[in-house]
Amino acid sequence: MTKTPVLEIRDLQTHFGAREGLIKAVDGVSMTVNRGETLAVVGESGCGKSITAWSVMNLVPKPGKIVGGSINLYDRNGGSVDIAALDPKSAEMRAIRGARVAMIFQEPMTSLSPVHTIGNQIVEMIRLHQPVTKKEAEAQAVRMLDRVGIPKPTERMAAYPFQMSGGMRQRVVIAMALSCNADLLIADEPTTALDVTTQANILELMKELQAEHHTSMILITHDLGVVAEVADEVAVMYLGRAVEQTDVFTLFDHAQHPYSRALLGSIPELGKTRGQRLTAIRGMIPHPLNRPLGCTFNTRCPMAIKGACDAVEPDLIQTGPHHHTRCLAYQNGYTHHFDKKPEGAMRPSETIGGRAHV
Amino acid sequence: MHIYIFKRVLMMIPTLILISIVAFLVIQLPPGDFLTALTAGMEGRMTPEEIAYLRERYGLNDPMWLQYWKWISGIVFEGDFGYSFQWRRPVSELIWSHLGLTVLISFVTLLFVWAVSFPIGVLSAVRQYSFSDYFFTFIGFIGLATPNFLLALVLMYVGFKYFGQSVGGLFSPEYQNAPWSWAKLGDLMAHLWIPIIVIGTAKTAELIRVMRANLLDELHKPYVATARSKGLGEMRTLIKYPIRIALNPFISTIGWVLPSLVSGAVITAVVLNLPTTGPLLLGALRSQDMYLAGSFILMLSTLTVVGTLISDILLAWLDPRIRYQ
Ligand SMILES: Nc1ncnc2c1ncn2[C@@H]1O[C@H](COP(=O)(O)OP(=O)(O)OP(=O)(O)O)[C@@H](O)[C@H]1O
Ligand SMILES: [Mg+2]
Repeated sequence: MTKTPVLEIRDLQTHFGAREGLIKAVDGVSMTVNRGETLAVVGESGCGKSITAWSVMNLVPKPGKIVGGSINLYDRNGGSVDIAALDPKSAEMRAIRGARVAMIFQEPMTSLSPVHTIGNQIVEMIRLHQPVTKKEAEAQAVRMLDRVGIPKPTERMAAYPFQMSGGMRQRVVIAMALSCNADLLIADEPTTALDVTTQANILELMKELQAEHHTSMILITHDLGVVAEVADEVAVMYLGRAVEQTDVFTLFDHAQHPYSRALLGSIPELGKTRGQRLTAIRGMIPHPLNRPLGCTFNTRCPMAIKGACDAVEPDLIQTGPHHHTRCLAYQNGYTHHFDKKPEGAMRPSETIGGRAHV
Repeated sequence: MHIYIFKRVLMMIPTLILISIVAFLVIQLPPGDFLTALTAGMEGRMTPEEIAYLRERYGLNDPMWLQYWKWISGIVFEGDFGYSFQWRRPVSELIWSHLGLTVLISFVTLLFVWAVSFPIGVLSAVRQYSFSDYFFTFIGFIGLATPNFLLALVLMYVGFKYFGQSVGGLFSPEYQNAPWSWAKLGDLMAHLWIPIIVIGTAKTAELIRVMRANLLDELHKPYVATARSKGLGEMRTLIKYPIRIALNPFISTIGWVLPSLVSGAVITAVVLNLPTTGPLLLGALRSQDMYLAGSFILMLSTLTVVGTLISDILLAWLDPRIRYQ
């Protein structure tokens, strides 16, 4: 089956004009989500995963702003719209939010309004995008609640979020997000706040629903086990950039970028990775206001070459049929600097072991 | 909901009893009583026998608890608030007309305070650090810092000089003792704005801060982001979610705004010469006219308790988390 993209982010730049200076939270992110697939986005805290997601919703929090690049959303007929070029407040953008791109947040405790019933909140979503009566919308909401495994869905419509457990609430949020049959679902750490068993159930549910509705998904996570289990593709982000994107198998077995390799460094093998956190990497993440010249990873990279990596910004290079890497070692004209390909150059012992919050 | 209201009303009873005891104790606290205050002013003109007779007649020799019981049982069972020594009239004759106007002024002031502070608070929060935010913050601090009596004097001057109003009071002289009519009501309205602004300004400034802070807290909660991510327009998002939720603490202010409006009104009422409870209460406290003073304090405290009750019921109605606690 050939892959057709549903979302193509090209060279996205989202900056925050803070008082201390310009923070380039997202600075040249490119990634592609294929129809019906799940793209996992991984990377250390603060590397811009959430801001990328917000950019796709065109809801970047103030004082942030999309200042460059494109976010093309494709429909099933091959037509496309560049979200980055739309006015965040325009009716066109609002018609996309919820209907074509929906979002699930990390905190099921606070992502629903505490003073409105869950029925009210789901029905609102449905009626925003579909020309149905209140009765029909309610029936639809009950069906969705039933589908995500809420017992007694009809009665639950009148419940308030604080009357439900975290897991149940996250089910409600999922039901709501999928109630308009969005093409693309963005889930920003959807299970982080839940206990392990609930996490597994919710992930299972998301996978099922995704298969049923042929939804594509961007899944932001810190959990490599989740990546291994759910993702088709993986994008690795570092300091506001996507440094590598490929399918999940290739990434786990043949990661190319030294940063990806360091992240995956301590994972023994695919399949035994549930709950496994990304490894901590030696050195400090540079301050967002003080990005290194050249490759942003060169200050921590074990194979950085003086005079090249700290001077030249690498491009995102296609290194295989489904493989893109942003590293000079793969860039024409620079490969000769590196006596070995980075692949295999770094052993787990070179990374700082232990579970760490990345 | 009904059970909640019932419980809340039931809880008022002990509160009210406690308040009545405290009110009574407070007016008894200063040394001496009305007769010592009275005779101090007319040295030698009253024989000790006369004083002893009066003391006996007004029950001033009874033990404290008996005095309290006579007073409170009279109020509860007969609506008899006792006798004002100073005015030589039953307290109930004095209290109602003044209390009515006090309630009217406090209530209208509260509406004024809400009506002004709510939209400004919302605007300041939604447009945080904008020109209008700074502007209203500035005005607000001035409002907070200006003493009521000064504002009263300034507004009286303005009202007199530019609107040709009779200064002070709630009625022009020609309506003072006239029966109620539309014209008299209009006259009242024309006079009412000065005390309302005077009493309400500081509270308005305070509530703007409250509303602004509440809303700023809510604006960045994830449920607001959820609403936006559904495709809801910005205006509808704000009104349905964060503003609605920020309203709860705002509503609960009714409980503490009402008493402070009533007490804040005392000074203003003296300056503006308003026929409200303020000046009368002040006089009663000075001359140790205990039944009058006690009844006023009791009635005003009751008003506060009722205000709190209303705000609690409103809150429960607005916020399911309270309703289902
Ligand atoms: N409101 C803001 N104002 C200024 N800078 C911001 C703001 N929000 C985010 N940033 C910047 O954007 C960068 C990326 O933030 P983002 O939330 O996307 O990180 P993340 O990858 O999602 O991290 P995490 O894994 O912790 O969720 C941060 O380093 C921060 O400096
Ligand atoms: Mg994040």
